[in-house]
Amino acid sequence: MTIDRSGTPLVEMRDMVKSFGGIHAVDHVTVNLYPGEVVGILGHNGAGKSVLMKMLSGAIQRDAGEIIVKGQSAQINNPRDARRYRIETIYQYLALADNLDAAANLFLGRELVTPLGLVDDAQMEAETRKIMKRLNPNFRRYTAPVKALSGGQRQSVAIARAVYFNAEILIMDEPTAALGVEETRMVAELIDELKRQGIGIFLIDHDIHQVKALCDRASVMKNGQLVGTVDVHRATEDDLLGMIIAGKNPEHLAA
Amino acid sequence: MSDATSTGAGPRPRRGFLAALEIDTRLLGMIGAFFVICLVFNVWTEGRFLTPRNIFNLTIQTVSVAIMATGMVFVIVTRHIDLSVGALLATCSAVMAMTQTEILPNALGLGFGHPLIPWVTILAGIATGVIIGAFHGYLIGYLAIPAFIVTLGGLLVWRNVAWFLTRGQTIGPLDETFQTLGGINGTLGETGSWILGGLAALAAIWGLWSVRRNKVRHEFPVKPVWAEVTLAAIVVAAILGFVATLNAYEIPERRLAQMFEARGEVMPEGLTVGYGVPFSVLLLIAIATAMTIVAQKTRLGRYIFAAGGNPDAAELSGIDTRLLTVKVFAIVGALCALSAVVASARLTFHSNDIGTLDELRVIAAAVIGGTALAGGVGTIYGAILGALIMQSLQSGMAMVGVDAPYQNIVVGVVLVVAVLVDIIYRRRTGDRI
Ligand SMILES: Nc1ncnc2c1ncn2[C@@H]1O[C@H](COP(=O)(O)OP(=O)(O)OP(=O)(O)O)[C@@H](O)[C@H]1O
Ligand SMILES: [Mg+2]
Repeated sequence: MTIDRSGTPLVEMRDMVKSFGGIHAVDHVTVNLYPGEVVGILGHNGAGKSVLMKMLSGAIQRDAGEIIVKGQSAQINNPRDARRYRIETIYQYLALADNLDAAANLFLGRELVTPLGLVDDAQMEAETRKIMKRLNPNFRRYTAPVKALSGGQRQSVAIARAVYFNAEILIMDEPTAALGVEETRMVAELIDELKRQGIGIFLIDHDIHQVKALCDRASVMKNGQLVGTVDVHRATEDDLLGMIIAGKNPEHLAA
Repeated sequence: MSDATSTGAGPRPRRGFLAALEIDTRLLGMIGAFFVICLVFNVWTEGRFLTPRNIFNLTIQTVSVAIMATGMVFVIVTRHIDLSVGALLATCSAVMAMTQTEILPNALGLGFGHPLIPWVTILAGIATGVIIGAFHGYLIGYLAIPAFIVTLGGLLVWRNVAWFLTRGQTIGPLDETFQTLGGINGTLGETGSWILGGLAALAAIWGLWSVRRNKVRHEFPVKPVWAEVTLAAIVVAAILGFVATLNAYEIPERRLAQMFEARGEVMPEGLTVGYGVPFSVLLLIAIATAMTIVAQKTRLGRYIFAAGGNPDAAELSGIDTRLLTVKVFAIVGALCALSAVVASARLTFHSNDIGTLDELRVIAAAVIGGTALAGGVGTIYGAILGALIMQSLQSGMAMVGVDAPYQNIVVGVVLVVAVLVDIIYRRRTGDRI
């Protein structure tokens, strides 16, 4: 599948800057994302990948830079703002409340309520069942707290949350880091499915094979700076590793 | 957990009687422990423990701690602690004592016995509690000072603010209407109690039925009908049994005669009248119901549990956890004020040491009632049952003549053992500790 990159990108982060004390966590980084595209954000531990993405999801406020969503400058100061722009995030460390069930987590912060203003658990469970049937047909444990679920089941709840609320831009920060082989495959299938629906995905991943298999482009970071952005279909694994480890940008692969 | 343990996967295995009722096993355990305590003391006291009179007293003695314990559940669920509830109770009590004996009758010239006095007083008390509680919450939520420190400071501060407000004096007697909220001085009477019991039973049945109807509507699995009926029968029997017991405690003849005299009537020969449900217990029931609805059916409650289960997840879901902390502590403040109403009304005066050590009783009640100090887990009914268990132990030991120091030793040991049992139970069921 080829991605049409002639129009306006779904989202563009321009010249993003974030420092913590003396550490330049993100140092003038520019990345963008088109509909139906998966862009890998690669780099060593501490390269600044998560911080860059957290500025988009509203969890961290940027020091400088501009976020442009569908051609319009976007004000994203907290997670609520990001949700308004249909930006959803699946975090590196599973951001679910362990003690609540799947439905409560899926709707956390956006509960369905009855006309009396009380939370409508039955309705939320029904919606959760519907969406999970689509995404993970084997899922059965609707009334158990999510701590009783496997890593993959939990991740499918997190992904269902993004899908249910019609995410257009999805940030996945190492979505398979905590998962086994089978569960990783399931998440990979989900990513493909979301891509087909025209959702744009930023995918942070350390697994080069997986990046090759899932991503269209990759933006590589090192010490807070952008090494470069390349076309994954044309780049070899060695090209990518060279960017990550040595910080050398293969100009001919730029995308 | 492996898939083999998944509930609902494949055909449901035949389940036991208790499993079919779907009652929380922890709740059953607590009720069991409570019954054992009652039976042991009943045998030990040769039947004096389970008399209507003692059950009545036990009930009204539990109310003050139980009211605060419902709020402590929210505090502990959000991974905080409140060591200041006893001191806050004292400050609220002092404010209300001064309001009803000084400010309103004298300074504002309403005179003693004015019908507005008790209600304005209670509002002043609640406002005091909410403001102080919200202030604690602000220090904890926005300035990130640990709750342990804020409320430890609060314990010292508010205990002594109470002292200053009353210049260290006992203030009383309190307003007569106000006193009816203390327990024995204000009860619903037999007829009123039966009406209340009937309404409560109907509400319980309606509640169970509407949950079932809702499940059926969404085609979720439901309990078998016989289980539903059994459960309803148990609940109704418990409610009516409770009312019958409180009604069976009769107002002493001399007191009854005085009451007739006060109304200028003559007491009919051989008349007996039961006390029925005290207003303070009614207040506790109302608070417990409201707090349970908040916990289970409102966004506020959902966010309290989410923030306790995973504060980061709550934050990333757009929940303002700092404001949430303020709300939780403000609720506790309001409940301390209501407890202060009950506690001072029961004494009929405000005393300096009112509420002393209540923080420990309240925390113990919540913890014995299954609230996990790690956060995210706890129930309102559990905390109330915890308060009742503590009070039964204490009263029972007093009745059999155990000296006060030994009583405290036993209560301390019971607290630790209860938490140990809970930890073992949670390990078995794979819950968080
Ligand atoms: N909240 C914070 N406060 C202070 N420093 C931070 C904070 N968050 C991140 N940093 C620092 O910013 C730098 C980039 O961190 P970031 O989490 O983006 O790394 P990463 O590329 O996601 O690494 P990993 O692959 O290990 O997840 C690191 O040096 C980190 O220590
Ligand atoms: Mg990271």
